[in-house]
Amino acid sequence: MNAKTVYEPTKGLVERDFHYCPGCTHGIIHKLVAEVLVEKGLLEKAVAVASVGCSVFSYEYFNCDAHQAPHGRAPAVATGIKRVRPDSAVFTYQGDGDLASIGTAEIVHAAHRGENITVIFVNNAIYGMTGGQMAPTTLLGQKTSTSPFGRDKTLTGEPLRISEMLATIPGAAYLERVSVHDPKHIRKAKKAIEKAFDVQMNKQGFSMIEFISTCPVNWGMNPMDSIAWAKENMIPYYPLKVFKDKTDGDNDE
Amino acid sequence: MAKVLMKGNEAMALAAIEGGCDAFFGYPITPQNEIPEYLSRHMEERGRVFVQAESEVAAINMVYGAAGAGARVLTSSSSPGIALKQEGISYIAGSELPCVIINVMRGGPGLGGIQPSQADYRQITKGGGNGDYHLLAFAPENLQETVNIIKESFALADYYRNPVMIAVDGLLGQMMEPVDLEAAPKTEVPPEKAWAADGNSDRKGGRNVITSIHLDPLELEKHNRKLQKKYDEMVAKEQRYEMIETADADIVFVAYGSMARIARSAVKTLREEGIKVGMIRPITIWPFPEKAFDELPASVKSLLTLEMSLGQMHEDVRAANNGRFELDFYGRTGGVVPEPEEIIDHVKRMLEKEGSS
Amino acid sequence: MNEEKVIIAGFGGQGVMLMGQILSHAATVADLNTTWIPSYGPETRGGTANCAVTIGEERINSPVVSVPDSLIIMNQPSLDKFQKKLKKGGILIANKSQISDAVYRDDIEVYEVDANKQALEIGNLRVANMVMLGAYIAVTGVFSKDDMFAVFEKIFTGRKSELIDLNKKALEAGIRAVGK
Repeated sequence: MNAKTVYEPTKGLVERDFHYCPGCTHGIIHKLVAEVLVEKGLLEKAVAVASVGCSVFSYEYFNCDAHQAPHGRAPAVATGIKRVRPDSAVFTYQGDGDLASIGTAEIVHAAHRGENITVIFVNNAIYGMTGGQMAPTTLLGQKTSTSPFGRDKTLTGEPLRISEMLATIPGAAYLERVSVHDPKHIRKAKKAIEKAFDVQMNKQGFSMIEFISTCPVNWGMNPMDSIAWAKENMIPYYPLKVFKDKTDGDNDE
Repeated sequence: MAKVLMKGNEAMALAAIEGGCDAFFGYPITPQNEIPEYLSRHMEERGRVFVQAESEVAAINMVYGAAGAGARVLTSSSSPGIALKQEGISYIAGSELPCVIINVMRGGPGLGGIQPSQADYRQITKGGGNGDYHLLAFAPENLQETVNIIKESFALADYYRNPVMIAVDGLLGQMMEPVDLEAAPKTEVPPEKAWAADGNSDRKGGRNVITSIHLDPLELEKHNRKLQKKYDEMVAKEQRYEMIETADADIVFVAYGSMARIARSAVKTLREEGIKVGMIRPITIWPFPEKAFDELPASVKSLLTLEMSLGQMHEDVRAANNGRFELDFYGRTGGVVPEPEEIIDHVKRMLEKEGSS
Repeated sequence: MNEEKVIIAGFGGQGVMLMGQILSHAATVADLNTTWIPSYGPETRGGTANCAVTIGEERINSPVVSVPDSLIIMNQPSLDKFQKKLKKGGILIANKSQISDAVYRDDIEVYEVDANKQALEIGNLRVANMVMLGAYIAVTGVFSKDDMFAVFEKIFTGRKSELIDLNKKALEAGIRAVGK
């Protein structure tokens, strides 16, 4: 037989099944991050910092050293690791409940100090693991288990745009929002991750890639509908773009 | 090396440097600010890590990350700041990581005050954070003893893979006293930390993971029993205390830290007046030195616990005494530092009461 | 020597803390035991400040000084606050320039020094503290003038070394002021 290998699992992931729900995009995002680590030769020097939420067990999948952090504190844990091991490749993997709510101080100040870490921020506009409660990123009118009548801005404010907020911070070197709802966007997302790790390894400062993601179970949709819902509802409010790129020379305050 | 006159907080910071501290993460709070101030200059000069975090919560989580990556790490704070750090301390203990925490105690609860206090005793010895865990906790009484213990503490933290807390109060932090940093024990070279998640996963044995989560109750119970074994070893090996003139004492004080030092003056004065008093001075407050109580002769009439709090350690004294001797308590709190005369007066009242009964 | 316990008190900014530290430095150089404890916190910013110094050959127990052997008093509020604590027969050095209502106990030894005036004559009001310190060592004999000079050389380094001569002059003026 003379078969040619056209696809094989990345060595950046441990060989095991994901525990994520069908239609959730964590699997795609994990794979993209793992591929980038392998392709850039960073896997052996990588430390993944897992957060609290559905991705609490991400350290079970990333095939590198890992450190599980308290809720919201992943950027602080990553800071500690990177400061004492400056040659390592440190990334946090955080959801929107973790990063955009309880962890706002840690994410803002990691960016503010210009920590040479990479943040993978997965935004699906809801708390997944705890059962679908409202997050700061939940869209107006969106029904969740703690906004049963739909999110009302007079009571709970309007959805928080983290990438836009961090773009105002001088220490943030690279910020981009991407989506993985179709192959074209998946390829674009991988390029963004590559860029973020380049920024880190070149010691240019803080980098974060925000992913528009889904939560079919807590949104009450099937996987296909949830992909469509993310595209039609989330992307208009959370536009896909580069918010900050200090490497291009003209976005440097 | 000759003795050098140093402020307590600065001496503690220097002792940490000499103890091999690789990294410090902290947040300003009175009365311990001279620790980060000193380290901000001297760690950087030595090419070591100093970070002023955005909060105590962030600082302890930076400690968590750096300790997980295998570094010798220090943080310092004072009572309400230590309260904020409890989340991280529990994770660090749960993940079996070494670190050293200096707590320069002030009055509470809440924002309380900034004057010296020992009202963190329960916070330090009874958990503070969630879960079945303990800190190895020292409460030295003078600056020489403090620097000796700090230098040693990094090795102890590494040995037990557990946080070590150095509990002093604002008086020790703020006072000056001559110290000889070379009189302290030689710093051991850190052991190889084969468990560290430091971005070196092509090591023999594969990748390392630092975590405190165990969702299976049986697995978590097994983990807890493993931790408990370490705490049992600490109870067996690490109880430290000093017996001061207890052999013929009628009344035995129990006091630690600054309070013990003040009580020493009272012991001296009362002895000069022919009143037989002595003292048990706990040097570790966890493990609590129960062994000291076994050493007391049957001729003792009563124990007098002295604290700069309203009787937090007294609960442990009661347990260690186990009904053997009469118990009494005297304490000041809120940042009031008692004078030796108050203790002397209290002892005289005890004797009068005894005489009249 | 017997254990010497002294409280030094005045307004924040009068150099009260430094006076105590210099005594503790001198004790350290002489290989004696010593403790220095300050009042700290907001009260030291513009309010009253004090420190307590203990010096002795034996181990020092309580660093808290409840009954001082000596007092160095830089202003009226400090006199009102601390005079009653001084031991019977104790020594009180009072900065006359800042004391308007000089009522002293009759069971203590009092030395009044016009420290501000002396300091101004030397050329800088800020060294009134060293004038007082000079008077204190002259009266108590705890340290000699040379002991103090050695500490000045040790702690006034770099740009502060310019201050050594000024401080020496102030210390000598204090010694003369109490007729020693």
